[in-house]
Amino acid sequence: MAVLEKIFFSGVDFAYGDRQILSSFDLRVAEGEFVSLIGPSGIGKSTLFQLITGLLQPASGQIRLNGQEARQRLGRVGYMPQRDLLMPWRTVAENASLPLEIQGVPVREALARVRKELPRYGLAEWADAYPGQLSGGMRQRVSFLRAVLSGAEILLLDEPFAALDGITRMEMQEWLMQMWQQTGKTMLMITHDIDEAILLADRVVLLTGSPITRPVELPVPLSRPRGSACRNQPEFLALREHIWEQLRLARQDRARREWHAG
Amino acid sequence: MSRTRKGLWFLGSLLLLFAAWEAVCRLFSIPPFILPPPSGVLVSLWKLRETLIAVHLWATLKEVGIGLALSVAFAVALAFAMHASRSIQRLVYPYIVLSQTIPIIALSPVFILWFGYDLTGKIAVTILFTFFPIVVSAYDGLRSVDQEMVNLLRTMGANRRQIFLKLELPASLPHFFSGLRVAATYSISGATIGEWLGASEGLGYFGRRASGNFQADALFASVLVLSLMGLFLFWLVGRIQQRFTPQERVGRSREQHKGDAAR
Repeated sequence: MAVLEKIFFSGVDFAYGDRQILSSFDLRVAEGEFVSLIGPSGIGKSTLFQLITGLLQPASGQIRLNGQEARQRLGRVGYMPQRDLLMPWRTVAENASLPLEIQGVPVREALARVRKELPRYGLAEWADAYPGQLSGGMRQRVSFLRAVLSGAEILLLDEPFAALDGITRMEMQEWLMQMWQQTGKTMLMITHDIDEAILLADRVVLLTGSPITRPVELPVPLSRPRGSACRNQPEFLALREHIWEQLRLARQDRARREWHAG
Repeated sequence: MSRTRKGLWFLGSLLLLFAAWEAVCRLFSIPPFILPPPSGVLVSLWKLRETLIAVHLWATLKEVGIGLALSVAFAVALAFAMHASRSIQRLVYPYIVLSQTIPIIALSPVFILWFGYDLTGKIAVTILFTFFPIVVSAYDGLRSVDQEMVNLLRTMGANRRQIFLKLELPASLPHFFSGLRVAATYSISGATIGEWLGASEGLGYFGRRASGNFQADALFASVLVLSLMGLFLFWLVGRIQQRFTPQERVGRSREQHKGDAAR
């Protein structure tokens, strides 16, 4: 049985002016998979997301979504940005209903659908609160719900928990694992946190090199369901060590190249 | 400090000011046509209440109301046009910035000459005073929208119209209202100056005639009515703003104000 590829990049080139970001870049993400993207900052992870959402177009190469070539990708992928980007003048329910409104669902119907979802996100009592009244973790949950309600089967999460404190972050990671299992969506997450990358993902993709050409793909050999205790398993620790080593090498390599260039 | 305590302090300071003013007038026997005591102003206000309120306040209020409403309509239309078209923005915006440096008061006589000594002239001067702060604040509000927010809406498949209605318009409202609040106070100056330049009614006309007749108490009474009118307009704009920007009503809005001030 062939696995349906939800995201498929083949030979994609992209540059900002003279600066080549991606060069004949390949990436495949299967249906229902959770993939973490990790790499040094400024390497082009957010550019990759903008290519997937359709905010940017590749110079050459092919991008497929849901198994079909997709030149026009806006509105087909759910995106959870790094900053929650909630509208301060809209209530929790109104913020979450935004993608539905944009798809033309009447406001009342959209809000009714949101209200049905809110309990699952622990936001039932907060439906009419404004973002300014919420904690960081709650704001990220609203932002996640908004991405889910776009109806897309692919969700892109851009460092979703970077701004949260350590304890909230661990809670949110466990929560996200549950949500992934419940929704069955395909998820692609950018993170700077190696532990987070391993804990959540089926596969960690290491983005290194400038431009990025051949990403290093590392399957995560941990069974599901996973909990925080997984962090102490030898497989986890070995993989963490391996990723750390790779990132360190990439960093040295980059510093050397910049030194030669400069 | 709670609201009531702040209010009490303000009331106290007001009473203190009037007491000091009254005392200075009496102790130094200042002639009332130079500086009338507050008691004299209040007596005069009471005596003149009918003409002041029914004739002159009404006339000025009409000029301010119509002038400000037209000004908002023109200014918002221009701000939208500049936002929609880069060419319009490039053609017009430099003059709007430049116009801020012109002493508008110096242009008022020309406006009266063009638009006449009746109501139209006063409305024209009011528009002259209030137009630019509203254009600038409305346009800056539209321009200040977070680009990442625009991108997020685009990833949801939003078109240009949806981005405008669901994001840019509501996001610009706090800016717009802070401009409108400034314009509301300017509008009273505009109408008053319009009346100075030639009128047969209105608080500006009344005050000017009173000062010509050395009736300082009547002049101060009209100024008092004008400043109460200014306070009322300021309060009214604040109420309308609260109605349209619900986030300002809740807790963390203070942080945003700080952010605005820093910019």
